Amino acid sequence: MLNKVVKNAEEAIKDIQDGATIMLGGFGLCGIPENSISALVKKGVKNLTCISNNAGVDDFGIGLMLKTRQVKKMIASYVGENAEFERQLLSGELEVELIPQGTLATRCMAAGYGMPAIYTPAGVGTEVAEGKETRVFDGKTYLMEHAFKSDYAIVKAWKGDTHGNLIFRATSRNFNPLMAMAGKITIVEVEELVQPGELDPDMIHTPGIYVNRIFKGENYEKRIEQITITKRS
Amino acid sequence: MLDKFGIAKRIAKELQDGYYVNLGIGIPTLVANYVPQGIEVILQSENGLLGIGPFPFEEDVDADLINAGKQTVTTTKGSSFFDSAMSFGMIRSGRVDLTVLGAMEVADNGDIANWKIPGKMVKGMGGAMDLVASAKNIIVAMQHVNKAGESKLLGQCSLPITGLGCVKKVVTELGVFDITPEGFKCIEYAPGVSLDYIKEKTLGRLVIADDVKEMSID
Repeated sequence: MLNKVVKNAEEAIKDIQDGATIMLGGFGLCGIPENSISALVKKGVKNLTCISNNAGVDDFGIGLMLKTRQVKKMIASYVGENAEFERQLLSGELEVELIPQGTLATRCMAAGYGMPAIYTPAGVGTEVAEGKETRVFDGKTYLMEHAFKSDYAIVKAWKGDTHGNLIFRATSRNFNPLMAMAGKITIVEVEELVQPGELDPDMIHTPGIYVNRIFKGENYEKRIEQITITKRS
Repeated sequence: MLDKFGIAKRIAKELQDGYYVNLGIGIPTLVANYVPQGIEVILQSENGLLGIGPFPFEEDVDADLINAGKQTVTTTKGSSFFDSAMSFGMIRSGRVDLTVLGAMEVADNGDIANWKIPGKMVKGMGGAMDLVASAKNIIVAMQHVNKAGESKLLGQCSLPITGLGCVKKVVTELGVFDITPEGFKCIEYAPGVSLDYIKEKTLGRLVIADDVKEMSID
């Protein structure tokens, strides 16, 4: 019998060791695995390599793990919202690899599809291309980019069942289903955990085969970076 | 001379009915406010939304629904959500008709630099390199000169490149410039701006179109 359900974030991440490479879903603070990040901070694992589109803000998201100096290397596409990040980067305490956002997504996808590498035009002629193999297809130059290898992928879904089938909500989907497919071990936190059969199979974004551990998260803050509203006239 | 709203209004005139459009952060975002009457365009947000609606009313703010600038937004009728790989898939495979971006520098061969200033904090390229490498039609919206008064329309970019030979058109407060084999081709000048002034403020190769005219933005 499938048994993927764990009690909480602490249990889900308990075997993550110092030096692990971890993918973390989310775009900005939207769709990040809040419970698991808190548990990683509490556990205090160090020298982590984190693959995530962004690095959180000073006091939320991956920023919490930067503050406690748990991150050795950050692989991301955009990191500009975090003063502590900047300080560690400039002082050399933190290693950073910046890669184009589509390349980041597609390197996750390649891992989940069992393909060793992909070709993309993003970054051709720029410093991103330095040292990378290129190939010309139909007269256009492409860079070869390798699939990510990561020990764990930690993602946040809206709903999931105990088999690990997942449904994401609105733009909190972003990198989550891609990373869910790409981890050697995939850990999922959901807002709502239901029994098999309760989710419509046609509506599943990530089939449970990709998921190793799932738990119902709690106390989601869902912080918003930029609240922009239309005033009623 | 135009202000940033004028630049956005002029770029909005490039929109055509049925276009799928990606608007970058800054002046490009303003273009959404000036979509001509009677045409329908679908805005793409690279974090996974086709059909960006206006900002929500206060009671409708949804933390799960943001644009690529991390601002809260809404959907429109006919919107769809997707993951980040599919988002860049639709960009890379040429489905997005028009991309509007800001830039620090544009070269007269269409090279663009807009992601990094050496020696300053590097925030990252986000989706800019993917967009410029793949979009079939890229318009740059930017100021003609930087804060030090130096031209941003150059013979060669001095800052690290974002993409090569990809920009098709540049709209600044001074005019509209097509990228051509002869360099920047001025096809329109802003009201109150002389061609001599444009020549003085443009460092890259510049040619004036035979049928150059004053820009109309209303």
